[in-house]
Amino acid sequence: MRTYTRARRMAGVMLAASLLATACGGSTDGDGAGTETETEDTGGTEGGETEGGEAGALGQVVVPAGEAIQIRSLQAISGDVAFLGLPNQRGTELAIEDYGQIQGFDVELGTPLDDLCDSAGGQAAAQQIVADEQVVGVIGTSCSGAAVAAMPLISQAGMVMISPSNTSPSLTSDLAGTAGEDYQPGYYRTAHNDLFQGQAVAEFLFNDKGVTKAAAIHDGDPYTEGLARAFADAFEALGGEVTAFTAVNKGDTDMTGALTEAAQGEPGALFFPIFMPEAGFIVQQIADVEGLSDALLISADGTLTDNFTELPESVGVFHSGPNLAYGDNANELGTSADDFLARYEEAYGETPAAAFWAHSYDATALLLKAIDAVAEVDGDGNLVIDRQALRDELTATSGYQGIIGTINCDEFGDCGAQRISIVEHVEGETKAQELADNIVFEFEPAA
Amino acid sequence: MSTTTAPSPRFGTRSGASTWIDVFLRVFRVVALLIIVLGLVRFGIDFVRGDTISGAELVRLITAGLAQGAMYGLIALGYSMVYGVLGFINFAHGEVFMAGAVTGFVVADATARAGMWESAFLLAILLVLVAAMATSILTAVVLERVAYRRLRGAPRLIPLITSIGASFFLQNLVLGLIGPASRSYPSAPAWLTQQRTLFGVAITGASLTVLVLAFVSMFILKRFVEGTKTGRAMRAVAEDKEIAALMGIDVDRTIRLVFVVGGAMAGVAAVAWGLLFRQVSYFVGFIPGIKAFTAAVVGGIGNLGGAMVGGLFLGTVESVGPLTILAPLGVPAPNQLRDVVAFSVLVLVLLFRPSGLFGELLGSENRA
Repeated sequence: MRTYTRARRMAGVMLAASLLATACGGSTDGDGAGTETETEDTGGTEGGETEGGEAGALGQVVVPAGEAIQIRSLQAISGDVAFLGLPNQRGTELAIEDYGQIQGFDVELGTPLDDLCDSAGGQAAAQQIVADEQVVGVIGTSCSGAAVAAMPLISQAGMVMISPSNTSPSLTSDLAGTAGEDYQPGYYRTAHNDLFQGQAVAEFLFNDKGVTKAAAIHDGDPYTEGLARAFADAFEALGGEVTAFTAVNKGDTDMTGALTEAAQGEPGALFFPIFMPEAGFIVQQIADVEGLSDALLISADGTLTDNFTELPESVGVFHSGPNLAYGDNANELGTSADDFLARYEEAYGETPAAAFWAHSYDATALLLKAIDAVAEVDGDGNLVIDRQALRDELTATSGYQGIIGTINCDEFGDCGAQRISIVEHVEGETKAQELADNIVFEFEPAA
Repeated sequence: MSTTTAPSPRFGTRSGASTWIDVFLRVFRVVALLIIVLGLVRFGIDFVRGDTISGAELVRLITAGLAQGAMYGLIALGYSMVYGVLGFINFAHGEVFMAGAVTGFVVADATARAGMWESAFLLAILLVLVAAMATSILTAVVLERVAYRRLRGAPRLIPLITSIGASFFLQNLVLGLIGPASRSYPSAPAWLTQQRTLFGVAITGASLTVLVLAFVSMFILKRFVEGTKTGRAMRAVAEDKEIAALMGIDVDRTIRLVFVVGGAMAGVAAVAWGLLFRQVSYFVGFIPGIKAFTAAVVGGIGNLGGAMVGGLFLGTVESVGPLTILAPLGVPAPNQLRDVVAFSVLVLVLLFRPSGLFGELLGSENRA
């Protein structure tokens, strides 16, 4: 029966190719997919020599007189996600410039590194970073998936890393005292924890809107699933009922199936923290599905993009995300959001394309201040930085004034201001930027 | 491809010694059937008891699946025709569709800006249709001339690899032209998209339009291939190029025509896409392309009616399967597994009916 063997073989080739492409095309959005990474023993990378002074458990970095303190930037700066990583990197550059010297020593950022928004990129860049024992700390990563892979190496090397935009609970803790599965000592972040965002959405729907039944749709990505799960748990804890918790398949266009599933139990609201174009298909096709026509629609910051807000059907959708109304907040270096944006535009000729520049500026300033606090100039004029002392200093951060608000670190590295806002898309506005002022709900965790 | 040393065993026959692979395939088929039957039975029980989706929702899933499937079918025609004539898979055919969809968006967006989309919708959509079809045809013809004609005598894996390269090239070309973000066609007027009831079946206007568009195109194509001299020439070339040439048929011209027709069908699918799903990007042709190829194989490659029915079948199973087979078996978030369902259909059809639901129609030189 050789008549069909060729077609079948071809079918095999196509099938394999498509699966491969699906696998590779995975997560290029906000927070990338992360795979579990074995903690590798990097041996012998305990930084610096231990001459002079009693060294902490993680060793010391000794910066010889006349040389610069080394820190690194690790952000998603190429591909689809560059819009997120580039403003982060530039926030770091501007903060280093503003801080100036630390006890007479310059701070050097080196060549900016790329986390590629995935675990492979995070791991490769981390290997490059830990190979240089003079590196004290890292500002990164952009994507949670990259951090999951990078942190074991960076933690092992005794370095610290502060992320401006990772939000996955697995990297820090469940906020109830249990470390996340990917938590590594030396990890800090100024971004919020998704659990707070889930809590904010739940409170908004249950308390403000009187919704008692809600459904959640994610797209299988650890970030969207984690956020949808955080919302579902918080909503149930408030006494609400989660009628459906389901997912769409990235790359699909016909959402009828997932929407039909979500419509079971007639929820009063639908939370879909996903990205374009799937989020667009959801709002475009929802009118055709019975049982959802009156549901409130609420998404996350991933849909605050012009190509979503330009859809006529996106009017009336609520977006949750970090509260970007910074007002007159100024970093301890004296920089307010307005100052920052003016300088950003002057230096780079555009406005930041993503929301986490302030988090990055604050993260960098925080790192530099902590280095300043623990560094000592020894008898030979060298600058000695104790790695364990630096971690202790960062963990003890309390009441630090940043652009994003007051920064307090908990023992698992969650340092963000945790201020979440929900904005409403009102009729007549089509640009994501315009929505930022329509704040209908603000959330701040009880201190 | 070299001749296999032993004839592959005919599945389902019990003659001859069975190797472990026969046993495995037999078990696989039984298990697959059991899963499907078990899922459907449990769904049936839940359905009767009212524990699952309602009848109206089931109908909605079927009509949505048919509309999606009609698009697969229209694209599948291009795969099937090229395979019938040249014997290789034109992997870049999904991009031929994408080029049409993106051009259609550009034209639709321009007419919307000019106010014509609202004031004279029929004229605007006609413009979009012409532009999309022209672009798809042009893309297909240029592909044939630049990428495939020189390779006509080469082993068939070579044009296949070339077509994968062409696919990447076209994707990146469009990426460079319009950027990575997805863009949306303006919404069609309410009189077109409103819910309609047809023979007691509720269907959204957009789905109905897509189905009508597909059937009209299919009808015209069928008449063209079966009823005209050019169509006969195409079938002759598919059967045997040398003999066709001896009979005075211009083979190059006929092959070009095959690409023209395949491109035109992809252009129609592109406009259907613009009406139904609306959002387009440079990557919009990839998944539909693969699904369409699957549809062509499911229906029987080289068989035009088979390609269309294969598309409708695949679209419907993909839409209905997750909630009627997987959900009753307790699979969480079953709609994430739509692709798995679609490709399982391919595997099962190849296992049970290796030459597709309606049989392959291939010329002597393309069997082998």
